[in-house]
Amino acid sequence: MKRDVFKFFLFAVLILAAPLAFKGGYLMNVLVFVGINTMLAVALNLLLGYAGQISLGHAGFFGIGAYLSGILTATYGWNPWLAMPLAALAVGILAGLIGFPILKLKGHYLAMATLGLGIIIYIVFNETVDLTGGPSGFSGIPNLTVGSFVFNSDVRNYYLAWTFALGVVLFAVNLANSRVGRALRAVHDSEVAARVMGVNARLLKVQVFALSAVISSLAGSLYAHTMTFVSPASFGFNFSVELLTMVVIGGLGSVYGSFLGAALLTLLPELLRGAQDYDIIVYGGLLMIMVMFMPGGLVRGIPDFFRRMARMREGAGNA
Amino acid sequence: MLEVSGITRIFGGVMALDDVSFTIGQDTITGVIGPNGAGKTTLFNIITGIYSRTSGSVRLEGRDISGLPPERLARLGMVRTFQNIELFGAMSVLENVMVGLHTKSSSGLLACSLKMPWSTAEERRIWETAMQWLQFTGITELANDTAGNLSFGKGRLLEIARALAVEPRIILMDEPAAGLNSQETLALAHLIQKIRGMGITVVLVEHDMELVMDVCDRIVVLNLGKKLAEGTPREIQENSDVIAAYLGES
Repeated sequence: MKRDVFKFFLFAVLILAAPLAFKGGYLMNVLVFVGINTMLAVALNLLLGYAGQISLGHAGFFGIGAYLSGILTATYGWNPWLAMPLAALAVGILAGLIGFPILKLKGHYLAMATLGLGIIIYIVFNETVDLTGGPSGFSGIPNLTVGSFVFNSDVRNYYLAWTFALGVVLFAVNLANSRVGRALRAVHDSEVAARVMGVNARLLKVQVFALSAVISSLAGSLYAHTMTFVSPASFGFNFSVELLTMVVIGGLGSVYGSFLGAALLTLLPELLRGAQDYDIIVYGGLLMIMVMFMPGGLVRGIPDFFRRMARMREGAGNA
Repeated sequence: MLEVSGITRIFGGVMALDDVSFTIGQDTITGVIGPNGAGKTTLFNIITGIYSRTSGSVRLEGRDISGLPPERLARLGMVRTFQNIELFGAMSVLENVMVGLHTKSSSGLLACSLKMPWSTAEERRIWETAMQWLQFTGITELANDTAGNLSFGKGRLLEIARALAVEPRIILMDEPAAGLNSQETLALAHLIQKIRGMGITVVLVEHDMELVMDVCDRIVVLNLGKKLAEGTPREIQENSDVIAAYLGES
């Protein structure tokens, strides 16, 4: 318990102090997206890593949040702070309604159903041109403001995105070590035994699916207001897979792992700028290597690696 | 306590259970025995809501529970263990028992995530109660071990501790002695009697005849999906039909 509080405190301090080290610059802009992607990866991890239910359509929920916030504020002149929770609520209800029938499915079938869902949402973004602007995108989304303070610079957006992301991290850490979090992990390990213990597995899965979608929608709203422009390409199947990769690389069932995964996969493209289109090969290769050699993800793999190194050094010292 | 009447289950064209009826009294230990393929586990799965029945009904303390899902049955006081041990392998031993306290607690998703004061207080209570159940089954020192790494015998004990945490009125155990050595089986017999002493009705499917004859008050014998006999251990031992079924002359 105490260790959890300390860990979160340390994490929060590091995150809040990071801009001092980078002093603005282009990297700050990328770090805003690390925050948004952390929210998304944690959301997907609650579903995949804790409850053991896959989704290949999460980019869709992210996209609906972004488009709803964008359209309600830019087209209809709503207050962004009102549009954001309303978008999240709408996405939560939608996910709950869809979740009830599709979470009956297991494994590959659930993957296919959520894949289909993601594709349908993507097609809607492209085809409802009057509303979304279609493939060419939707622009003119206002920045968020508090009084006369406008979130219009990278540093300001960094603190905005990370306030939300830290909130989501704390929320997820609390959930994981609670009655409900244990029930989720129990469903993951043995659904039948969890049910015998009185856990309503079906309802719980729908709840966490909806929660995960709500967090993704909030991330989408933040994305829309910081970018001020959205287009369907950001919310397609590729991004759903990228989110999945973040969760797996970081470590299934680890909240901080999701941060590591999100950070790595967001920063990597910047480092691979020279590689251009070949970056997808690097992603694929990375995913394969991770699954083969660090199936527990970075959070478990790195400490293991150092432990093994230490043991080897000890062995050498004794010889 | 538990009334099984006319349970029939047909899988494809095979009649796995054919009109099985019996009644189990309060605070008794009942054994369900029979040769392999007699339908014992199928019967358990139907009573505990994991399989559906073709026809027949099950009553728990006078209330019709036929067809209710296991999560509802847990709240009505019925819990079971599994032949192949169904633990939450990635979780700690203590956490496994804490899941057993799910119906004894009520904090929802938001209360848990926001660490509301009442959910924190409830969490402490869950922890303390779970520790007591570990103590009861004698596996306190394993509390922080990963459940998936336990030996078969310890896993069995954990499964029983977790089931008891639900505070059931009746517990059904599917072959609790399978895979245990003779010493562990002896300890299990004591534990089963201790559980009955707490006012919990026990039903077991078991192959270990010594255990069954030792602890059970009554025995129900199934053969080829039908009830063959019912009675005290002594009556069953002397029943010529039962002897014939076990020796294979039918």
